[in-house]
This record gives sequence, C-alpha cells and structure tokens, in this order.
Amino acid sequence: MAEFLSLESAIAANVHDGDMVALEGFTHLIPFAAGHEIIRQRRRDLTLVRLTPDLIFDQLIGAGCARKLIFSWGGNPGVGSLHRFRDAVEHDWPRALDLDEHTHAGLANRIVAGAAGLPFAVLRAYAGTDARAHSSTIASVTCPFTGEILAAVAALRPDVTIIHAQQADRAGNVRLWGITGVQKESVLAAARSIVTVEEIVDEFSDDRNAVVLPSWTMTAIVHVPGGCFPSYAAGYSERDNDYYEAWDHLSRDRAVFEDWLEREVFEVGAK
Amino acid sequence: MSAFTTDEVMTIAASRELTGARSCFVGIGLPSVAANLARSLHSPGLVLVYESGTIGAKPTHLPLSIGDGELARTADVVVSVPEIFNYWLQPGRIDVGMLGAAQVDRFANLNTTVIGSYDRPIVRLPGAGGAPEIASACPRVIVVMRQSKRTFVDTLDFLTTVGFGDGAGARSRLGMPGAGPQVLISDLGIFRPDPSTSEMTLTTLHPGVSFEDVRDATGWDLAFSSEITETPEPTDEELEILRQLHAGSTAKGAV
Repeated sequence: MAEFLSLESAIAANVHDGDMVALEGFTHLIPFAAGHEIIRQRRRDLTLVRLTPDLIFDQLIGAGCARKLIFSWGGNPGVGSLHRFRDAVEHDWPRALDLDEHTHAGLANRIVAGAAGLPFAVLRAYAGTDARAHSSTIASVTCPFTGEILAAVAALRPDVTIIHAQQADRAGNVRLWGITGVQKESVLAAARSIVTVEEIVDEFSDDRNAVVLPSWTMTAIVHVPGGCFPSYAAGYSERDNDYYEAWDHLSRDRAVFEDWLEREVFEVGAK
Repeated sequence: MSAFTTDEVMTIAASRELTGARSCFVGIGLPSVAANLARSLHSPGLVLVYESGTIGAKPTHLPLSIGDGELARTADVVVSVPEIFNYWLQPGRIDVGMLGAAQVDRFANLNTTVIGSYDRPIVRLPGAGGAPEIASACPRVIVVMRQSKRTFVDTLDFLTTVGFGDGAGARSRLGMPGAGPQVLISDLGIFRPDPSTSEMTLTTLHPGVSFEDVRDATGWDLAFSSEITETPEPTDEELEILRQLHAGSTAKGAV
C-alpha cells in the first residue's frame, strides 16, 4: 500500500543517485515540486525519462542532477528551446548529457511494454530515419503472421516514476483526469512510484471516466497543492503561460539561471 | 484587398489545403494556426487531433502548447498518449497530418533533431515528437515552413521524419501506409511531389514572389512545374479571421 509521506521523505526514500527516474506529464500535471525537491537533495547521475522534457527537466539538467536523458521531444512548447538542455548537449555544461531519443510513439510503447511485463513493444516506426543509428533500444522484428518488418523498442522500467494527480482518497488511491499522457503506464512500469496530489478527499465522485491507480500500485502519496505549477491541474488551476515565456529569458544565461536556482529552489525549501 | 505578410499567405494557403478533410493531426506552431483557421473559415466540422490525446478539440483561441487546458475542455474525447498513437494514428484513422520542421530536403524529408553533427550539434532542436509516425501513417501530409537556403537544404543534418526517403518507391519499401507529403507550403510558394520521381516541385508562387526568389532560397537544383500558377491573394475574410485568431492568443507561432 502507498504511504502518505512528506515530499522531502518521499524523495529521500525513493530517489537515489544513479537511479532511472521518470517524471511524467504531458503539458498537464507536471510534477514540478517533486523535481525541485530532487534538486534540493542534490541527487546526481540520474537517468531522467520523459516523453516531453520541458522546464522541470531543463532545471534538473541545469542543476547537474542528470547523466542521461531518455526522451522524445525536448522543448518549451510554443516558446522555443530549452536553453539548459541545449547547453548540456552543445557544451557539456554543467556536465555531459547522454541521450537516448525516440519518437513519442516509440517511447510511449517502451513504457507500455514495461507496464505489461514484456521485453519489448512493436510498432510501425523508425524505418528510413537516422534515429535507429543513435539508439540501442530500437531494432526490427518480423511479424510471424504476415512477414511485415516492424520496429521493436526495448521495454522501459524506471527505478522510480513520479507524477502529479488531482486527487487521492484517504486509502491512498489516486485519480487523475484531463490529459493523462502516459502517467498510468509509467507508474505501472516502475519499481517504485511517488504521486503528489492537489487534494486528499474522503471519497471520489463517480461522474468521470478518470484514471484510477489503486493504492497498492504506488509507493508514496504526497499532498502538494499547486505541486504542478507552472503547468496545471484540470479542475484546480490554469497553465501559467507567462511563466513558460519568462523561462526563455531566465534559462538563457548560466549566471541568471544559477541565481534563479538559488532563490527559487534552494532558498524556498521543501513544502 | 488588404495588405498582407508572407507568413499570412503561407498560413492561409495551408488552411485552404484542409478543405474537405475530416480530421487533421496538428503539430504546434504554424500547423496549429492553419488548422484552426480552416476550422474557423471553411471547415467547421474539421476534427482537430493533438498528440496530447485531445480528439475533436475546438479551441476558441490559439493554444500555446499541444496540451493546453482549452484543448482538453473543448475536445470530444481525451485519450492517453499510447492510445492516441496506437489506436488513432497508426491505423490511418486521421486523414491529414500537418507538420513544420527546421530543415526539409527535395524529397520532403524533415529534420527537427539537430543542426550540425548529432554528437556535437551547433543547435540542438527538440527532436522527433509525434512527427515521424504522423508522416508515416496519415493518408496525406501537409508540410508548412518558412523557406531559406538554411531551411530548404540539399542534405539534412539529421533525417528525423521520412517524406519520400530517397525518392520514388521508398515509402512502400519502408512499409509506410500513407501517401506522404502531398504539399509543401512555404512563405514563398507551394511545392507538390512529382508523380514519377516524388521530388518536391514548385507549382505555385505566392503573390509578389518571383521564380528567382524561390530558386535563390532553395538549397538544391529546384525542379519546377511547366505551368507555374499564382496563389490567389488572401481574401479580406481570411485575413480578418487569421488576425482574430492571433489577437486572442499568447502564442508566438513558433514552429
């Protein structure tokens, strides 16, 4: 059963140096507060996983937490580049960053295979592209029924997956709705999981076809209202688009970024 | 007729290509502007599909990202990311894919990964996202991007998304079900694949653009149609709706 913990305790107990850590969320429900706690606890050599690494990954990479990134689209949506990600790839600052890069469909299917307990997933992808030459987790497989040659992608099983959700009930079951990305599959694929939630409720209303993760599929639940700011939680908050645009400036220069990191992450402390 | 910019002509030309389409898998930036313009103008029933899993989104303002709350709130249905790719895109259920890119070559292959070498890039770009499977699976693909010698290149720095590969027959050899990029729209003109070679061929010039302008902004020996036509000027209605869409949005139209 999942335990209710503080954010500090949940990260300390479940995220270790060298771990493969997925922080999922597709524009919506991005676990920023948990990412900041990883930075504050100065975790190192992480392999970070996410389909759409955006600002929180830029911050983790700029803070020196990551050794490797497994991803499929790394940008500031609608705004432009992730400057800390670019600085790491282009100039090894603050350290070199290995990449294992996929398409959204490829990486989503790697996580699905992880959740399903299979060694790989099959999809129609990657033929004719340069991606195959740069990834050891893409191969081909011949369909035993039709002979069609398809892409095979290796299952992905993070040491820990972290997501943000709208609600947990008092038994530790978690519910999320709206754009749900690949969060359910990422939790089920991982050895451990931490879910930060907007609200703890006595019981769920039953009027939505929402994703429910039973308590026994997760490791820790943490009550962190606003824990996905500046992304949003449908029903609780709006996306702060101005913050995403401001990040373009805050992240462009190393010194400005380090000043931001000191003020907005280290000095703030755990919630 | 009002004055208009080259970006406006490009966006309006792209939206016209969606006439008659039932559904469109929409990339963020220029494609999203063009698709929303089509829905506002001539195709109110056009089903907009975003890779965030929002199917049938009806945004009242341009979204900044593909996962804006507005898309989920106005969608017919919201599905997970594995589902949007495996159940909806891969079987060819979405008629048209509309994509942008940083580089394109003569066979409409696209690069959104790096400028320079992969291991030590000059510019690290966002990467593939959903584009490769959109370009493979959708029955028809529209590419929209600004044109210069830096974007229309002889050799891509990285082949992220296959258009026509190395030319005629490549898509079927690679097992790609869709027909590939049937049109490439830039801020200078419109290109369509040659039926025998699959090479993107200049067929249409935008108003005020000369053949030489296009040739000088193309990094390969440009193929052109024997009868080059001119893009009809944007109508007042097209311009008005496009400007209303932009005015109601914080989006900068980044690709």
